[in-house]
Amino acid sequence: MTLTAPSPYRVDAGGYYGPFGGAYVPEMLYPNVEELRDNYLRIIEDPEFKREFKQLLRDFAGRPTPLFLAQRLSAEIGTTIYLKREDLCHTGAHKINNTIGQILVAQRLGKQRIVAETGAGQHGVATATVCALMGLECIVYMGAIDIERQKPNVDRMRMLGAKVVPATSGSQTLKDATNEAMRHWISNPTDTHYIIGSVVGPHPYPDMVARFQSIISAETITQLLEQTGRANPDFVLACVGGGSNAAGAFYHYLDQPGVRLIAAEAAGQGVTTGHSAATTALGKPGILHGASTILMQTEDGQVTEPYSISAGLDYPGIGPQHAQLFATGRAEFLSITDRAALDAAFQLSRLEGIIPALETAHALACLPLIGAKKDDVVVVCLSGRGDKDLATYTQHLEEYS
Amino acid sequence: MNRLTTLFQHKTADVLNVYFTAGFPQLTDTVPILHALQEAGADLVEIGMPYSDPVADGETIQRSNQQALDNGMTVATLFEQLQNIRQQGITVPILLMGYLNPVVQFGIEKFCQQCQATGVDGVILPDLPLEVFEREYQPLFTKYGLKNVFLVTPQTSAARVRQLDGLADGFIYLVAAAGTTGAQTDMNADVDAYLSRTKALGLRNPTLVGFGISDAASFAAASRHTTGAIIGSAFIRLLQHTPAEGQAAAIKEFVAGIRP
Repeated sequence: MTLTAPSPYRVDAGGYYGPFGGAYVPEMLYPNVEELRDNYLRIIEDPEFKREFKQLLRDFAGRPTPLFLAQRLSAEIGTTIYLKREDLCHTGAHKINNTIGQILVAQRLGKQRIVAETGAGQHGVATATVCALMGLECIVYMGAIDIERQKPNVDRMRMLGAKVVPATSGSQTLKDATNEAMRHWISNPTDTHYIIGSVVGPHPYPDMVARFQSIISAETITQLLEQTGRANPDFVLACVGGGSNAAGAFYHYLDQPGVRLIAAEAAGQGVTTGHSAATTALGKPGILHGASTILMQTEDGQVTEPYSISAGLDYPGIGPQHAQLFATGRAEFLSITDRAALDAAFQLSRLEGIIPALETAHALACLPLIGAKKDDVVVVCLSGRGDKDLATYTQHLEEYS
Repeated sequence: MNRLTTLFQHKTADVLNVYFTAGFPQLTDTVPILHALQEAGADLVEIGMPYSDPVADGETIQRSNQQALDNGMTVATLFEQLQNIRQQGITVPILLMGYLNPVVQFGIEKFCQQCQATGVDGVILPDLPLEVFEREYQPLFTKYGLKNVFLVTPQTSAARVRQLDGLADGFIYLVAAAGTTGAQTDMNADVDAYLSRTKALGLRNPTLVGFGISDAASFAAASRHTTGAIIGSAFIRLLQHTPAEGQAAAIKEFVAGIRP
């Protein structure tokens, strides 16, 4: 889908989405960001790139992922629910779509080494996977606290040959892992590519990552047409930490005003409890990790520590495009508590035989809240599978027995 | 006249700029350290406004930022501390260094006003993009008599160095080697080549080298092709290890040791 008129929801020539976006990077990163900015469109529009990307998505990642009519869940909620099964991607989440795209970009830029940040470890695993596939050195920064709570993913990255480096600064979670990855990139400017895992960071990252994830909505359109005779659903639901699966699930629907876009943020223990990651509810405009966006911060502009049961939503900002979707009202943002997410995870497991990731469970928890009627078509981006969250789920098993 | 301009008119070599974090090690240390640095003979002083996510800084300065924040330092508190310093005999040029978000939240015009009111001469904001500076900040900086300092690295193209030099009106901050602050830069042939290459560009602004300058030897090597150098992490480490009662004396000794 190409656009003829400029859309207020897509990146402009200067790298902004309305007032959000840009490239607020120190001069040390300027040449790297400039190199990427000047080359990414040329690279990803190249027919040979497109061919290789498409082939790897199919043969390596397992695309297209199914669009599944969840009949028992639909009956329970009282609407018509389709699940876009990103959980069936290789490595267990949508993250691989982006890492395949970026490693192909890195190769074409002649980079020898990859650095990445990870929160829950899903992006780290997806990065380590493509680095193994392409034979590139891989360094993943991960918060020291996250390393403790997501051990299986740490082991997977190591098995894949990646070096996992604990980020011991600040809160020792995703935000700090991102800082450390940026510092690594500052120190290794010429031979290293930084694979950001979400639609965050300086321009062109948010746009590049959204383009790689846009395969989600591109496939949804075709599959929905096949299954229902209509290309556009009434609702698209996705969770938002940084927001890469939402960016991909919304991408081709942004300029279709009839499609309501619903973004689920992590309310943690509750928006007003001080233990939350609900960025649009608690944040205000500011600058984080190279972009102007909405972020959780103190009155003095210090970035606040977020909290969520889900490590992948434990981020104090959102991508600049999402900030624009929020500010313009194009997408509705709902805050979902830990408890509501757990409820939704157990509900999906028992009604459909699919254990979702905790992040994804936040999107599922929106289903009863959106006022969808029986014949409305609702697409939920089932962004990841729940294997990595089994330890958390196990702690709550008895409550759901 | 702006104190930075005056300084560089009178001194064209071996200029020493010392960085320290506001509110570190104790919240109220900012002004005493400023006095001690002036008495010790620092030519200019760079005061860091602490930030939760200082991506251009290495471990030493990160920790000092965190400790200062834990002590309760904010942009507003810093301006309160700097009230009347010019009346109290502080004559050394002062730069504020920090990240953009706290400044934006404080309010950019209010920030510039406060800089002028307290006698701050210039600002270093590493994550302020050039085009945003030109579009939104430059008129305010001019209005309040503030100099903006740009960073240049070994990877910065000659064309961009010239562009930055054209916009700058204080000095150019040369980052010695790829890395964050406090990295161990040995002043090797590569760094020397980069500095002499930059000198050959014949920039209109003075140049100061920073990142990895820690002692007399690295200061001398760095200053060979430039107007002077900046010491940050090494000074923070000194503050960290010095008991409060010995602080002024230790600062004097440290500064004297840089240019023996």
